[in-house]
Amino acid sequence: MTTYYSEEHEWLEVDGDTATLGITKHAAEALGEVVFVELKEAGDTFDKDDEIGVVESVKAASELYAPLAGEVTEANTTLEDNPGSVNEDPEGSAWFYKVKLDDVADLESLMDETAYKAFIA
Amino acid sequence: MAEPRKTPLYDLHVEMRGKMVDFAGWVMPVNYGLGVAGEHKQCREKAALFDVSHMGQVELRGERAAEKLEGIAPSAFTTLPVGKARYTVFTNPDGGIMDDLIVSNAGHYLYVVVNASMRDQDIGHMRDNLDGIEVVELDRALIAIQGPAAEGIVSAAAPVAADLKFMESAVADLFGAECRISRLGYTGEDGYEISIPTDRVVDITREFLKHGDLEMAGLGARDSLRLEAGLCLYGNDIDNSTSPVEANLNWAMQKRRREEGGFPGAERIQRELTEGPNRKLVGIKPEGRAPARRGVEVADKDGNIIGSISSGGFGPTYGGPVSMGYIMAEFAEPGTAVNLLIRGKAVPATIIKLPFVQQNYKR
Repeated sequence: MTTYYSEEHEWLEVDGDTATLGITKHAAEALGEVVFVELKEAGDTFDKDDEIGVVESVKAASELYAPLAGEVTEANTTLEDNPGSVNEDPEGSAWFYKVKLDDVADLESLMDETAYKAFIA
Repeated sequence: MAEPRKTPLYDLHVEMRGKMVDFAGWVMPVNYGLGVAGEHKQCREKAALFDVSHMGQVELRGERAAEKLEGIAPSAFTTLPVGKARYTVFTNPDGGIMDDLIVSNAGHYLYVVVNASMRDQDIGHMRDNLDGIEVVELDRALIAIQGPAAEGIVSAAAPVAADLKFMESAVADLFGAECRISRLGYTGEDGYEISIPTDRVVDITREFLKHGDLEMAGLGARDSLRLEAGLCLYGNDIDNSTSPVEANLNWAMQKRRREEGGFPGAERIQRELTEGPNRKLVGIKPEGRAPARRGVEVADKDGNIIGSISSGGFGPTYGGPVSMGYIMAEFAEPGTAVNLLIRGKAVPATIIKLPFVQQNYKR
């Protein structure tokens, strides 16, 4: 499994043509205390840059944009009841979606961990 | 845009790792390490210190200052006792609100505090309209110490603070500096705003922060606290189009002033007092967890737009989303069910009587 990162501060842990998607620790820290998460449902399809969710902190609402095209196979509905977990474990248990990617080759447009670390530095 | 201004506490904010943002032409901390929700709860449960030095502090000097001020604001000042403070608004000729402010009777002058975003407008407005009154902008810092522990913290340094009641103000020695201590604020909690000589505010703030129950808090918590307390933010909940009657500020217009008029926009305001306004500012509680923020439209059960949210967010003490907004008067009754159009979806909500969190003043 390989982890990729988007400029919108999402991470994708990829296994074949499926991936787990969430927001990075850096993004969670910048957002502040997350109080509300709105998610797409399993079966929803999306194109790259489509809005695929909303994360609201005490401070503001932020949209989540799809880093790649694909389909939601599972949404982490525990986030709806416990949005604060996004701050506690953004790169672990507080993942947002399991997705099936339309085209694995598109992963080339994303960053690896080293590049992402440089991006946020 | 001109370079944003810095308050005398700027270096301290940076040292304390405040997340600095531009606000109304000032560089101010939105939050520190505790985060907005943590600072909010700190204020409700113990005490929080806010830098509000960006607000404008003004002295109105001249024997007839109170009388003249009644010509541009609908509150009673000639009868305001020495040592008392009063919330008021400047009205425009259409009965809208130019700004909200606090006026204290300091004895030989009136002490006025206006919003940061409006201070240049307000000072010009007072200079233009208060004939024969000297309008002196003070170069002083202003901090707010708010929360149930505030009395103990402030009175340990200045015992007179414990004797003040809500909306009372006095000059006192604080760590060797002459300060004005006023028992008021904008969080819904008991507490003080303290006007301090600029060259002493850093060391006095540090002295206060030695107290274990006090933490710094930023603009983020200040906003969520005032929203839960049902207090209006100028530019959001009140502006040049909204009247004090629509904004539920009748309590700020004392009986004599309502009857006599004699302030800008009196015609509309007196008419609305008699006939009722067309729209009203109300509390709106969204069901579920989604915050309904400024600009969200309010619809009735048939989908007709009946109002919009003026301020909204998440209330850390309330434990859920909280909003305020203007709604057509016939829908303003507490308990009325409405829908909020959040990102294209109709989210059920209920009109409530403000505040969301009970105010906790020492009257």
